[in-house]
Amino acid sequence: MTATGKYLRIALGVAVIAALIIVPMNFNRYGLYILSQWAVMTIAAMGLNLTLGYAGQVSLAQGAFVGIGAYAAAIMTTQGMPLVAALAVAIVLCFAIGWILGYPALRVQHHYLAFVTLAFSTLAFLIFRNEDWLTKGIYGISNIPRPNVLGFATNRPLPFYYFCLGSLGIVSLAMWWLIRSPWGRAFVALRENPVRALSLGIDTRRYTLMAFAIGSALGGVAGTLYAPLTQYIDPVPFNLSLSLDLLMMVIVGGSGFFFGPFLGAMIAVLLPEWLRFTQGYYLMLYAVAVILLLIYSPTGILGILDRYLAERRTKAASALRAVAKSRLETAP
Amino acid sequence: MSNLLDLLVAGLATGAIYALVAVGFTLLWQTSQTINFAQGEFVMLPAFLMLAVMHAGAPFWLAIILGILLSLLLLGLGFKLLLVDPMLRHGVLPLAIATMALAIGMKEAVKQFFSAEASPFPSIVPAGDVSILGRVVSLQSLGVLALAIAVVIGLTALLNRTSIGHQMQATAQNPTVARIIGVPVERMILLTFLINAFLVALASLLITPIYLAKFSSGEVLGQAAFIAAIVGGFNQVRGAIAGGLLIGVVDNLAAAYVSTQYRAAVPLILLIVIILFRPQGLLGRPEERTV
Repeated sequence: MTATGKYLRIALGVAVIAALIIVPMNFNRYGLYILSQWAVMTIAAMGLNLTLGYAGQVSLAQGAFVGIGAYAAAIMTTQGMPLVAALAVAIVLCFAIGWILGYPALRVQHHYLAFVTLAFSTLAFLIFRNEDWLTKGIYGISNIPRPNVLGFATNRPLPFYYFCLGSLGIVSLAMWWLIRSPWGRAFVALRENPVRALSLGIDTRRYTLMAFAIGSALGGVAGTLYAPLTQYIDPVPFNLSLSLDLLMMVIVGGSGFFFGPFLGAMIAVLLPEWLRFTQGYYLMLYAVAVILLLIYSPTGILGILDRYLAERRTKAASALRAVAKSRLETAP
Repeated sequence: MSNLLDLLVAGLATGAIYALVAVGFTLLWQTSQTINFAQGEFVMLPAFLMLAVMHAGAPFWLAIILGILLSLLLLGLGFKLLLVDPMLRHGVLPLAIATMALAIGMKEAVKQFFSAEASPFPSIVPAGDVSILGRVVSLQSLGVLALAIAVVIGLTALLNRTSIGHQMQATAQNPTVARIIGVPVERMILLTFLINAFLVALASLLITPIYLAKFSSGEVLGQAAFIAAIVGGFNQVRGAIAGGLLIGVVDNLAAAYVSTQYRAAVPLILLIVIILFRPQGLLGRPEERTV
């Protein structure tokens, strides 16, 4: 990577962040709601990307973890407790459940984690729906308060959007650090070649579990933001299809790419809005678009970009080689 | 006790339908590593195809024939050529995700082009009860059970007794060697897709009179078939049959004896227990342990 390329990237990053802060300022309530939803779903998808993209495990329960986080936030904040407390509870709960779920599944074949999480996802939905004393069942929990952050009330849509965006920023930084830490490298190692990772002294099962548990905890984080965003939750949004949607986001964006979840969540949350003029057909078009994309590029949108950049790099390298060779030949 | 017998018969009838769906599911997995997350929607669609033909004025028997033919064309040939073939070389996961997208697309298409409401669907078995050994049993349950068992027996005979069946099994076990010894692997894979389409069409025909035709009815069915396949053994046809029957019975007994709220939880807990103690499924071949 050349120096100019690096500066170009930094400039692009700053521009995108600035745009995310400035552009929504005069959005209406609904536009801000959708953007906040994008930030929340990106956090959940980032967690799943850690599990799937970096550690190579399929989880079909990320939606259930979002649900656990959302219910933790809804139940605790309507009782007057601060959102931070709910966040802590959600993180600990999701991490622990992730660990307990993954432990037996990963004892056997890797794809059993997918089966176990599929079952768990539906079980969690049944508990949300049936345990009225805790979750108020199908009636749901309403009037979920929005938090005060550093003395600022986030009741209005714009401050709450900034709160979601800020949370996304913090999670992104933590994730950036995590995947560059020895742990992150270990995650990638066991995705690429588990046997070799084991032979290098990495406790593969522990690290796989760790990746899954951390990814699940991020689902919980997204949930604690989801509840004050919608201010009303019932079991329906947290059924299996949310888990499948999140999985699609990660794959469509590009699993294993840091920015994959950002793009994937953008497509899953915003594309249906843009296609709204097609009325009832938008989900159908979305499904067709996803299928066509996957046929063209199974590594998602960032996979296309990655391929293009790799090709360009190879071309540039071979051009350089040709120049060097011709110089050698013409040298006296 | 009398209640228990009724529940068993009803459970076996539903279970037999689950088994049909689960068998198709495992066949696709074995021959082409396709985890079809749209399998439930595959069961939902044929009923609507048949309803569409009937709305055009055709009699029920013609609708059934045309519905099955259309299913073979769309869910067998079309599914394979348009989705599985281009995706297969990319590996298991992208294909599985693509079938999830397909499931969404199919549900939405039916909702949009047909109806969001549940539609009644005629039964091929006349309503009524028969009395067997002094017990009154629903004719519909018996008919469904008999038909499903006949199909399963026919399929097992096809797989185990005929040359084509042996070629299909060879393709499932080791495509490379199968190709070397002269099995037309491609044709066999296509055949499994057609068989799957036939099975889901039949399941659709049997289950829709009980649960009505609704665009979202595939979600529950697909999951039941998925669980049945894993519980019975993901890599064995007889495992899927046993799993389907078991899940059907367990589901019905749970509704009566556990609670209607948590009836859906019982098969899931069964699934988790199976994965804990017998991960290859009840009748499955063990797969190698992970590192």
